[in-house]
This record gives sequence, structure tokens and C-alpha cells, in this order.
Amino acid sequence: MTTERTVTTERATTVPWLDTEEAVNMVTAPARHANPRRTADQTAYAVVGLLGELLITLGLALLAFLVWQLWWTDVEGNRAQARIVEELYGDAPVPPPVPAVPGEGDPPVLPEPAHAERFAVIQVPRWAGEPPRPISQGTDRPTVLDPLGIGHYEGTAMPGDVGNFALAGHRTTYGKPFNRVAELQTGDALVVWTPETWYVYRVTSTQIVTPTQTEVVAPVPGQPGAAPTQRLITLTTCHPMFSARQRYIVHGELDYWAPTSSGTPQELLDAEGR
Amino acid sequence: MYGWIWRHLPGPVPVRVIIALVLVAALLAACFLWVFPAVSPLMPFNDTTVGD
Repeated sequence: MTTERTVTTERATTVPWLDTEEAVNMVTAPARHANPRRTADQTAYAVVGLLGELLITLGLALLAFLVWQLWWTDVEGNRAQARIVEELYGDAPVPPPVPAVPGEGDPPVLPEPAHAERFAVIQVPRWAGEPPRPISQGTDRPTVLDPLGIGHYEGTAMPGDVGNFALAGHRTTYGKPFNRVAELQTGDALVVWTPETWYVYRVTSTQIVTPTQTEVVAPVPGQPGAAPTQRLITLTTCHPMFSARQRYIVHGELDYWAPTSSGTPQELLDAEGR
Repeated sequence: MYGWIWRHLPGPVPVRVIIALVLVAALLAACFLWVFPAVSPLMPFNDTTVGD
């Protein structure tokens, strides 16, 4: 009888799918005192069990983080960026659906806004299906790139100005406004607009650089310190996707500008099939 | 750990299941709202700018 009982208890403590603490509780107190070695085994078993549960928890937390990063930030980012475009242009009169008349002379240039202020929108006909995206002042992630989308490098030219209108945006996650940057080809239009003015840039070149090559956003790209004479645009985003190793750079030059009251750029009309 | 939580939940099994689900949902919401946004800038991807 006694032997049989011992066998039962022993089996109870070593069955793996039983909760360790429950297993420990199954052993009667006198038995614990009677066999100190088994008590030590049970403690070790409980510790290993707890460690296993913590590892499982960590695995689930990592999975949840991936879901958040790869899916939820896009949901939130797209929603927030659509709302900003609506705030910027919801009250403005809709530009007539006729080809915009290019303006004469120098384009109007806005003063540089305060940090995190939204001031323009960009739409790229090559990225068919992509909504217009807002451009905000600054390029830090917590206040601009994560919550607001595309950011304007502080101190670089404003849209239409002589110099380099330099922008940064996520290629993955947070609404991924520059997700399809690699589709751009030389000659593609990059349409930037403020409530009063269209600025139509054309892609001139693309390059892949290291994160430290700040000369790509210099007033004359590649020649820091040189005095600018052209009206340029530069997009920077991460490369390869999901990596911080390099940066994908797109350069462009202003083709023409037009008042929004005169119509809509032909490039956007073509893209919308109007 | 999970066994300990389960034993300390009040009520019969159906009630415990509901409480456990609510706890999991609350934990997940806290992660989505505060923990993950705080951790994300420390991750080695997603940098889009040149310079520092």
C-alpha cells in the first residue's frame, strides 16, 4: 500500500502537462519533510516552469509587436494623413478639372512654417491608387514622421524656391507614404501643392547612399556649400525596406508652377483618367 | 505564473474565462497604446532621414 502511494505521488510530480505548483501541492507535507531531495527537484521544476511561461509570454509579446508595427501603424497613419489633407484642403475650393495654366515668372514661395506644422500635399501620378499625402515641417520621428507622414528637412528650400526642397518619409509602416519610391522613373511628375499653388517637379535621378551622406539634401545635391541656381526637390527614405542600412534618394527639378484657381495639372488629370 | 493567476481569479470557470479574456485585452491595448510606440524608435529599422 505504501509503495503504491509513493509511485502515484512520484508520477504526479513528473507529469509535464500538470501545473508545477499544483504538482508541488499534491505532495503531502510529511512526504516533503521525509525526502529533502525531492523538494529540491520540485523547486527546480517550478523555476523551469516559470521560465518557460515567461519565454512563451515574450514570444507572444514579440508577435503582438509585429502586428502593431506592420499593420496597426499603417491603419493609424493612413487615417491621420487623410484627415490632415482634409483639414488642409477641406475648405478650399476644388480646383477646376481643366489643365492648369502655368504661371509666369518666379513661383510664389511660402515662408518656412513652425515645427510640425502641415503646409503642403504631395501626389505622385506614378503611384496610382496612392492618396495625396500631407507634408509637415521637421524630420524627427516622434513629432512628424510617425504621426504626420512626410516631413520637410528644416532649413532646406520651400516648394518652388531656388535650392533643394528636401523631404523624408517612411517606406514601410506608419502609412508608408514613400512605399513605392523604387517605381519612380526619370521624367515622372511629383506634384506638390499648397492651397494657392501647384508645383510640378520631374524626377531627374535616383541614388542609394549611406545614412551619413547629408550632401544629398544640400541646396546643390552632392556639393555642400555651393550656391544653388535650380529649383530642386529631393525625397529620402529607407533602403532596403525594413532596414536602416542605406537611404533611397530621388532628385527632381521644378518643371512649372500654376495657381490652383486656374485648373488641375495635366499630370493629375491623366492619372485620374479625366 | 498562469496557474497562479488562474487560481486567484474569483468565481466559477465561465466567469474566470471572461475575466481572463478582459485582462488579456487590457494588456494588449496597453501595449498598442503605450509600450510599442515607446519601444519602436529603439528598433534598428525604419530610419528614413540622412544625417543624425
